[in-house]
Amino acid sequence: MYSKKVIEYFENPVNVGKIENPDGVGRAGNPECGDTIELYIKVVDDRITDIKFKTFGCAAAVASSSMLTELVLGKKLDEALSVTKNDVADNLGGLPERKMHCSNMAEDALRLAIEDYRNNHGSKKAAD
Amino acid sequence: MTKKVYLDYNATGPVLPEVLEAMLPYFTVEYGNPSSVHSLGQDAMEAVEDARDKVAELIGAEPNEVIFTSGGSESDNFAIKGFIQSLKGKKSHVITSAVEHKAVLESTRFLEDNGVDITYLGVDKSGRLDIDELKRAIIGDTRLITIMYANNETGTLFDIPSIGEIARDRGIAFHTDAVQAVGKIPVDVKRDKIDMLSIAGHKMGAPKGVGAIYVNGGLNPRPTPIIHGGHHEFNMRAGTVNVPSVVGLGASAEIAKNGLKKKGEMLKRLRDRLEAGILERIDNVQINGDLDNRLSNTSNMSFAYVEGESIMIDLDLHGICVSSGSACASDDISLSHVLEAMGVDPVIGQGTIRFSLGGGNTEEEIDYVIETIPKIVKRLRDLSPLSRAK
Repeated sequence: MYSKKVIEYFENPVNVGKIENPDGVGRAGNPECGDTIELYIKVVDDRITDIKFKTFGCAAAVASSSMLTELVLGKKLDEALSVTKNDVADNLGGLPERKMHCSNMAEDALRLAIEDYRNNHGSKKAAD
Repeated sequence: MTKKVYLDYNATGPVLPEVLEAMLPYFTVEYGNPSSVHSLGQDAMEAVEDARDKVAELIGAEPNEVIFTSGGSESDNFAIKGFIQSLKGKKSHVITSAVEHKAVLESTRFLEDNGVDITYLGVDKSGRLDIDELKRAIIGDTRLITIMYANNETGTLFDIPSIGEIARDRGIAFHTDAVQAVGKIPVDVKRDKIDMLSIAGHKMGAPKGVGAIYVNGGLNPRPTPIIHGGHHEFNMRAGTVNVPSVVGLGASAEIAKNGLKKKGEMLKRLRDRLEAGILERIDNVQINGDLDNRLSNTSNMSFAYVEGESIMIDLDLHGICVSSGSACASDDISLSHVLEAMGVDPVIGQGTIRFSLGGGNTEEEIDYVIETIPKIVKRLRDLSPLSRAK
């Protein structure tokens, strides 16, 4: 059912955890009815310099979360936003159709984390 | 552990060596068609009738009340659709439960689409039916009650004798899907006033693709066949009898009958050891089902803050085969229909694993699982945003 790569990232996910004092946080999903992901980012000069996640969900959800963080770490925010759920799935050697929402969820969390960063820091900059 | 630890016997199990041995001649040597009049055919017929005797004996039936089928799903379809069909369009109402196997629920849904009224009885938190609610659901047009003997996910046993009594008193036909019960606990169709009972071979050491349906000789009308053709199986189920598999089913019934009590005790000891070991080592775990009345081989456990499929896959990576009670699919993780009907809290229920033990399991295997699963649950809880407490 799962590719070797999915299993590999499920067994040994990278970038797991939380960031103390993150610049942006994104939460997607809903624990009542499905998977949940929390994503934390650090941003320096418009670039993601650190990223961590915590995920409640199936093997595909864990692997997708981890792969997404790996794909966007070090990228400019706009570049990071152009990473799609299909990029995540492709880099995992494919996901079963009914598990595609898992990579979607990771993408949503990233978008929310970047929005969160821009809301906080955009206004801060203006105030400075 | 190099060998797989298989704890998914409610899904299926291996063909027992004695069963396979009994079957083998019927593939290549005794290959006659039991409908043939020549000696090779008559030998095959004798083997089929011997198997029928053994299955009948296991459930307390007469041999001519046992009809061989392709398995549990066909037996359920035949009992439910075939019986309602036999009423020839008479206004009908069927009572079943919300926690039946899909083979029952999809059969009743099919009838519903064809104008039959169905009542789906709910269950309580432990998965139990309310017998008074069942009585109240009976109306003048109620023709059939179909309630499972034992639930496949939680092992919860239903009060079959009481339901049989109620149905017989009111002249309503009573079918039970006993796929998980037969071969695990004593079943007696006469004592329990059962009119139809489904059996699956592969749940009791026979191969997949063979099963049986018991039909009470006094049941009137007789269910209409759902597979039409020749005059096989008392005109109830057409198709050349699957002789090797039927012989296997007979052999497994004989083995089950002789070893029922001892095996049940052995499985209960292992299952209780598994549950005690897990509860001792992991917090925030709940056991689902009627703990006082359930199959001795089954344990349905929910691990809070983690998702069942990920536990299952991680266990598989450690050589342990189990089932999960939820499926993370489409855009949500949905609880199984059984856990949902029981009102299990979805946040906890999503982390559900079904362990179902069988004759091949050992204490050493159970100890390996007890050792392994805490590490897996801890890893997944560390990954989970829900377990902030830790």
